[in-house]
Amino acid sequence: MALKTWRELPIGCVVSEPGSASEYHTGSWRSQRPIWDNKKCIKCGICYVFCPEGCVQQTEDGFFVANMDYCKGCGICAHECWPRAIAMIEEG
Amino acid sequence: MGKRIGMEVAVAVAEAVGLCNIDMAAVYPITPQSHIAEHLSDLVADGKIDAEFVTVESEHSAMSAVIGSSGAGARSYTATSSQGLMYMHELLPIASAMRLPITMAIANRAVSGPLNILNDHSDIMPQRDSGWISIFVENGQESIDMSIIAFKIAEHKDVMLPVNINIDGFQLTHMVEPFEMPTQEEVNKFLPPFVPHATLHPAKPVTMGAFAMSDYFTEIMKAKDEALKNSKKVILEVWDEWAKLFGRSYKPVETYKADDAEVLMLTMGSMGETAQMAIDELRAKGIKAGLVKLRLWRPFPFEEIKAAIKNAKKLIVTDRANSFGGPGGPVFSEIKSALYAEVQRPLIYNYIYGLGGRDVPVGDFTGMFEKVLADTANKQADTYEFWGVRE
Repeated sequence: MALKTWRELPIGCVVSEPGSASEYHTGSWRSQRPIWDNKKCIKCGICYVFCPEGCVQQTEDGFFVANMDYCKGCGICAHECWPRAIAMIEEG
Repeated sequence: MGKRIGMEVAVAVAEAVGLCNIDMAAVYPITPQSHIAEHLSDLVADGKIDAEFVTVESEHSAMSAVIGSSGAGARSYTATSSQGLMYMHELLPIASAMRLPITMAIANRAVSGPLNILNDHSDIMPQRDSGWISIFVENGQESIDMSIIAFKIAEHKDVMLPVNINIDGFQLTHMVEPFEMPTQEEVNKFLPPFVPHATLHPAKPVTMGAFAMSDYFTEIMKAKDEALKNSKKVILEVWDEWAKLFGRSYKPVETYKADDAEVLMLTMGSMGETAQMAIDELRAKGIKAGLVKLRLWRPFPFEEIKAAIKNAKKLIVTDRANSFGGPGGPVFSEIKSALYAEVQRPLIYNYIYGLGGRDVPVGDFTGMFEKVLADTANKQADTYEFWGVRE
């Protein structure tokens, strides 16, 4: 998405399109990413509950993954995961 | 033609705002602004105007409330002074960035400390960079005229910016003066209904004041700067329209006996009237003295200032606030900056005066001229001094 020039900004930067925040991929801020070890995962869902971005989803087999478009790599899921099934690894 | 009346200036300001078909006012009382809050709340309570008067618990809330109501599309008004303005400070750049045409009267008063309730300009000067249109008035008539005019400037589709009107506390707000108060019909003719650039309404949801990161922040600041600079064209147009309708003409920079003056003085606000008397006294003695009054503080009228002072040998800039540990008074440093690239420019002297309500009689102004004229070696040029300070 091409960035607008100052002349193209709407007056007062009013956002007139509801829900357009989802177009902003906050995952670009990430310096670490969560990796699930499904051998350790007990499918309790605490990562899903604690993710402040709401970007952790449950897959059909009951395990969890993060949507990397929005995961900022904050590490809260890894911190809360008491079976220690989530590791935070550096982004390349 | 409006009716000629005698009234206290603060009360007359509230009367004038009452003619402007406001939808909402949120004003927290603070000396010397309180009479505006009180009289406006009377007008609402007595059913004389159809508006909401929101009794907020602080100035921070007052500014927050008018930001919200202006965003909702309501013509919104507030007024404050000194500490109240300082308390609003963090919200002022938000109102301008959101391009909300709020109108605010400031009854200028010294900021603490020590606590002082009297007049100077130390409350407005720290708000200089908040992106508001900033106008100074000299007398009661200007106070009410600008209170009405401000809505039209702020709400113009090419402006959409908040406006503050600086009215010297006590020295203007508490004076009883004769006014020509426009009639309701005249104001209705002059002031069109408010057409907001966007409104908060569930039928058409929008987000105002959203977050912006480094990828857009620079562009947003540039857009705000251009909006404020471009507002001058509309300000001039609206003042001209007012002059045609009411016969009272306003300019960003006004002069008095300045054309052939060798020494000029620059004032802002109510001091201009006293300084004018000093000019007459000096002229009677054969001294070529003149006066420049700066009415429009933001957007800063660079061209008009340059034109007004280009022929003077010396210019006395008077300031009613100081930039501590800095270059002197804020007006002084702005004028110096405006003239930096000029090949021909006067020597500039700066007197910081009338702080915390200290009286400045005519003799003080003539004294400033005499001191500057006596500085034949120009040793005091480009310096600032606290006028009348006890050494």
